[in-house]
Formats: sequence, structure tokens, C-alpha cells
Amino acid sequence: MNGAQDLGGAMGFGPVRPEKDEPVFHASWEERALALTLAAGALGEWSIDEGRYARESLHPALYLNASYYEIWLRALERLLREKALLDEKELDGGQVTSPPAPTRLPRLTPEGARRLMAMGTPYRRQPSAPARFAVGSRVRAKVINPRGHTRLPRYARGKEGVVERVHGAHVFPDASARGESQPVWLYTVAFSARELWGEGADPALTVSIEAFEPYLERCEPKS
Amino acid sequence: MASCACPTEHGRTAIDGYDPAARVKALEQVLVEKGYVDRAALDVIVETYAREVGPMNGAKVVARAWIDADFRTRLLEDGTAAAAELGFGGRGGEHLVIVENTPKLHNLIVCTLCSCYPWPLLGLPPVWYKSPPYRSRAVIEPRAVLRDFGVNLPETTAIRVWDSTAETRYLVLPLRPEGSEDLSEDRLASLVTREAMIGTGLALAPAVAAI
Repeated sequence: MNGAQDLGGAMGFGPVRPEKDEPVFHASWEERALALTLAAGALGEWSIDEGRYARESLHPALYLNASYYEIWLRALERLLREKALLDEKELDGGQVTSPPAPTRLPRLTPEGARRLMAMGTPYRRQPSAPARFAVGSRVRAKVINPRGHTRLPRYARGKEGVVERVHGAHVFPDASARGESQPVWLYTVAFSARELWGEGADPALTVSIEAFEPYLERCEPKS
Repeated sequence: MASCACPTEHGRTAIDGYDPAARVKALEQVLVEKGYVDRAALDVIVETYAREVGPMNGAKVVARAWIDADFRTRLLEDGTAAAAELGFGGRGGEHLVIVENTPKLHNLIVCTLCSCYPWPLLGLPPVWYKSPPYRSRAVIEPRAVLRDFGVNLPETTAIRVWDSTAETRYLVLPLRPEGSEDLSEDRLASLVTREAMIGTGLALAPAVAAI
């Protein structure tokens, strides 16, 4: 979706301000927001892509005004409500008013949490078809404006680039955010700054995105 | 936080009156009571990222690559497998890709769409990495972003920006600083900052690190 999260090339946000000796967390509620998000996610009721879609679905004014963990927390509340794990009264009142719903995976134990952090959840899958592109292929990112989740940033849509790396078949976020499983090939596609930003672009700049095969079409050489 | 240099992130009130500290407290209470989460598991997650995982991990990987050419080759070939040799891997780093700076090419990592970052090697991302100024500008004017960090590269140095739009996670292998030839692996790791591994900084000169 063309939400507030798609920030590449936007202007007016001012300088980057690194904080000296920045702590990992700025408040104890941030620690709990992170841990609750990971522990609730481990119940298996939504994918990482549904989680991202919940964040980018926030109203743009809220998204841009919120701190990062506030965005996570608002999205977590939304997912818990949508998946019927909590109801509105429980979210607003902090009091249990309904019995727990069954979940796909059991409650995360301390040992399970250690395992989850140490092992992660790999996203590479068996390909269901051969790769359409190879290193060196000239490709164009499609012009698409899906209402749902996508990982094709607006600044790359319609732009021509070159496949630089082939990462194998991965979970396709656009499908995964709808609860569907559809492994597709993943590539690194590099674009010249001139192609992305036009006249006046930095001549010594190249920008790459990680592009899933459904985002790409073959680009015929210019005659 | 009054001491914080990022006014858009802290110390401001949500436009709809949302109070995250109160909300998260109530949410944790309800989730625990309904049996969905175990407080001890939450504590493990917080401890892991507050203490055990951080840029010191990535710095060890970089230092090893500087002194061991075979490891460097393996690291650039398959970042996930090479980092695992040193015991690093896991959530947020299932598919690691390490990209190497050269005298002619400088790499910079960003996630314009959210906050993708190589957790097992760098820990949780700093606020600036997740914030609109960095995410918006890194792909269109990276040289100006580098100047915000006090890094001035010659115009002739090519810049390569990697937008982390998938579960592949990137780390920069910075240039080994001059004058570091005789340092031990541990001392070399102390020259490797988080910013150097994101690409918004360079590895420290040995004299600077000693101060």
C-alpha cells in the first residue's frame, strides 16, 4: 500500500540526528512493547508481513508522529483485535472479559524464547519454478499500486535496473500478508541514481532494492 | 526524554491522546492473564537485546575478516554461514549479506520501508536508523546523510546504497584503518563502530580508539 512507511526519496524531514551513547531502549515501556510483539507473534496467528501491514496501515499522520515502538504497539493491538485474541474492552480496560481463544502455536516459554532468538525463522523456500532472471539480466520494476502489503518501494516502480544477485526462492511478502504461502525468486536489482532521480542525480550513486520476481519484467535492450 | 536529540521521537504527545506506557502495561496484564504470554519469556527477550546481542558481535566478524583472508572470502560469499562460524546468527539475521568497502566504493545500508537491520550482528537499530530523515534521504542524497555523521567522502568515491526490502540483511565490511597492522584481533574489533558497519561511519583510526 502507498502508506506513510514508504519513505524513500521523501523530503522535508530535516537532518539525521544520531544520539550520542544512545541506550538500547529509551523507556521501560519500549522493552515491553518489543517483547510483547515478539511473544505474541510466536503464537503463530500472523506472519511478519501481516505485522508490517498492520503498522503501515496506521493513518499517515499517526505513523509519522509516533515513535517506532508506539507504531509497533498500535499495530500489535490491531492484530490482537483482528485475530480475536482480545476484544475492544480488554484492550481499553486492561481487564479480562472473555475466555482465551485457541492459537496455532502454544505460549512462548523462556526456553522457547531463547531458541527463537538464536535460531530465527528462515524465509528461503524450495522454488516451484526456475528463476526467470539471472545475474546481469536487465529488468524493469513494474508499476503497481496494490491496496495490500508490498515491498516494492514507490521510488523504484517503473525504473530499469540490472539483476546483481540471486538469493533463491523466498516467502513472498505480498502473499504472506494475506495469509497465503507462495515462494518466489528474490533478486538484488541495482539502479543508477540517474534512472531513479533524473537530472541532477549523483553520478557516482547506485541504489539497489531486494526485488521479488513478481515485481519485475524483462527489459528489452534499447535500440 | 529531555536529553534526547531526536525531538520527533520522544517527549511529544500523540495526536489522539494515546499513552503507550499505560497501554503496554494494561496489554501485558491482559495477555498474561489470558495465558497468551509468559512474563519470564518477555524478560528473556528484553535481556537478550539489552545485553547479549549488539554491535560488539558485528565488530568481531569484521576484525576476523581483516586478519583472516580465507574467512573474509567465506564471509563475502555466504554471510550467514561465516557469521555462524563465530557463533552469530538467528532472528533478524537469517539471511546475512556482507558487502565490502574499497578505496573507490562506499556501501550504505538502509530500510526505507521499515527498520530491517542485521539483529544478530548489530542488535536493535538506533532511533535514527528507523526515523523518517534517514529512511527518506539515504537513497536520494546519501552524501549529505554522511555529512550529518561527519563523514566527507570525495565526490569520486562511488556510493552504493542497499535498501533492505526483503529478509536479506546487510552489513558493511569497512576498510581496515591505516596504522592498524600490528593490532590484535580484540584491538581491531574495538575500532569497528556500529556506524562503520551500517556505512554511516568509518572504522576508527587506532590513535582515536586509544583515547
